[in-house]
Amino acid sequence: MSDLDAVFRRESGRCLATLIRVLGDVDLAEDAVAEAFTIAAERWPVDGAPSNPGAWIVTTARNRAIDRIRRESTRTERHLAAHHLRGTDAMTSDESPDRRDLDAFVDVVADDQLRLMFLCCHPAIAVDAQVALTLRLLGGLETPEIARAFLVPEATMAQRIVRAKRKLRDNHASYRVPRAAELPDRLDAVLAAISLTFTEGHTATSGAELVRVDLSAEAIRLGRVLVDLMPDEPEAVGLLALMLLTDARRPARTATDGSMIRLSDQDRTLWDRAVIVEGHDLVRACLRRDRPGPFQLQAAIAAVHADAPTAEATDWSQIVALYDQLSTVRPDAVVALNRAVAVAELQGPAAGLVALDALGDGPEADSLDGFQPFHATRADLLARAGRGPEARSAYDRAIELTTNSAERAFLEERRTATAPRPR
Amino acid sequence: MAQYLISVWHDDDYSDEMDFDDPDLQRRHGQVLALNEEMEKAGAWVFGGGLQPTSSATVVKASGGDVSMTDGPYAETKEQMGGFWVIEAPDFDAALEWAGKAAVACEETLELRPFQGE
Repeated sequence: MSDLDAVFRRESGRCLATLIRVLGDVDLAEDAVAEAFTIAAERWPVDGAPSNPGAWIVTTARNRAIDRIRRESTRTERHLAAHHLRGTDAMTSDESPDRRDLDAFVDVVADDQLRLMFLCCHPAIAVDAQVALTLRLLGGLETPEIARAFLVPEATMAQRIVRAKRKLRDNHASYRVPRAAELPDRLDAVLAAISLTFTEGHTATSGAELVRVDLSAEAIRLGRVLVDLMPDEPEAVGLLALMLLTDARRPARTATDGSMIRLSDQDRTLWDRAVIVEGHDLVRACLRRDRPGPFQLQAAIAAVHADAPTAEATDWSQIVALYDQLSTVRPDAVVALNRAVAVAELQGPAAGLVALDALGDGPEADSLDGFQPFHATRADLLARAGRGPEARSAYDRAIELTTNSAERAFLEERRTATAPRPR
Repeated sequence: MAQYLISVWHDDDYSDEMDFDDPDLQRRHGQVLALNEEMEKAGAWVFGGGLQPTSSATVVKASGGDVSMTDGPYAETKEQMGGFWVIEAPDFDAALEWAGKAAVACEETLELRPFQGE
């Protein structure tokens, strides 16, 4: 990666965030930032890179945009009047970042990034479009890269992004940080978009990996930006910790043949210790605030796993307690299922089955029949409890519901292992 | 300031004769009147009102210079527009806030759409 590429990855989201405020229009700002980077590619190799590349890009982009607006004034004035994002500064505001103003500049830029994050993750935009818009505008990724990362055709992704930008523009969306009263809901949307980006990157299988942007790394980068901007939001810290602790296991997650290795079977010496330490520190810092939320609790569970030198040494009583807490803040089937698995580890498969069957009698019972993880988990617990015939029929149902070939092979192998041995 | 349409959508299952003595309808009517007053005080009110059932609708078409008309609503769907507000709001979030209040007041599903600029 050249210096300029590195600057682009680091600065483009920040520069764009500021230019959107100054110019009041997302598309105009995108064009201006792109133009400034083109100029940088010509000048920096000759003149040397400026000491503050971000400020240079913002100033150049703004000047170019203003030049262009003057040149095309009648047309553009109408364009601006129609598309101006509400609540933005007047275009004449001088953000010229000379040395004395650098601290002020950095503060303003931080606010701009937050504004852009909340704009991209506006709840009136569909979640997949929120994610795409965030990666495009804040992550500085090109539309084809995002399309490849989500395995959708480029035209589909382009349309998704254009539509989202247009919806925000047509509805006169403001470029501002939400008020305190709106913040919890709006922040949840931002956290969900980053979390979804991470999960998408995390579950990506090999093969196409070479052409796929590293979404996990991008999500972690955005998570760090958010924590920098909102250090007092424990859920933002919790999400970053969860992503780090999950990502630390990445080297141990896949076998040489590309198949997935379960947590209990992973070679824990391959886990990235430095990343785990960072994740641990974050978990401790956010839990101290005593405002637990779903991301913090999931991060705490990941931290307990990371603490155990072997799968057998896992502190399951602490994990069950954390799942108990998690199921009160997020009462869904996945949480209940994971809790049952932890109960089985702590008190044996029979106790785990009791917890699972309670789930089967609960309000979600109807949707559980088509939920593959429920049957796969139940089959495993039945097999461990020595209830072979029941385990096999549970495996049958799980296999029936499995679309992923590697996972199907794994379940079929497990099913065979429960069959009575021929004498 | 921008203008937005808040339209009220529901299953068009009410009979041609609406029962205005129905306590449920009266309660919602009262809630809507109170909201209208709040909108007027805040300077958000432009126009609004409830519509008669779709059995009252006529479809009017122009082709060339000829105008023809047929009975019935244009869209043959179960969900029909039952009323609307036109509001003025400083931005999207403010408009969404009014739409939220409107949904609570009339206890129906709403759609918010911005008007095209001048």
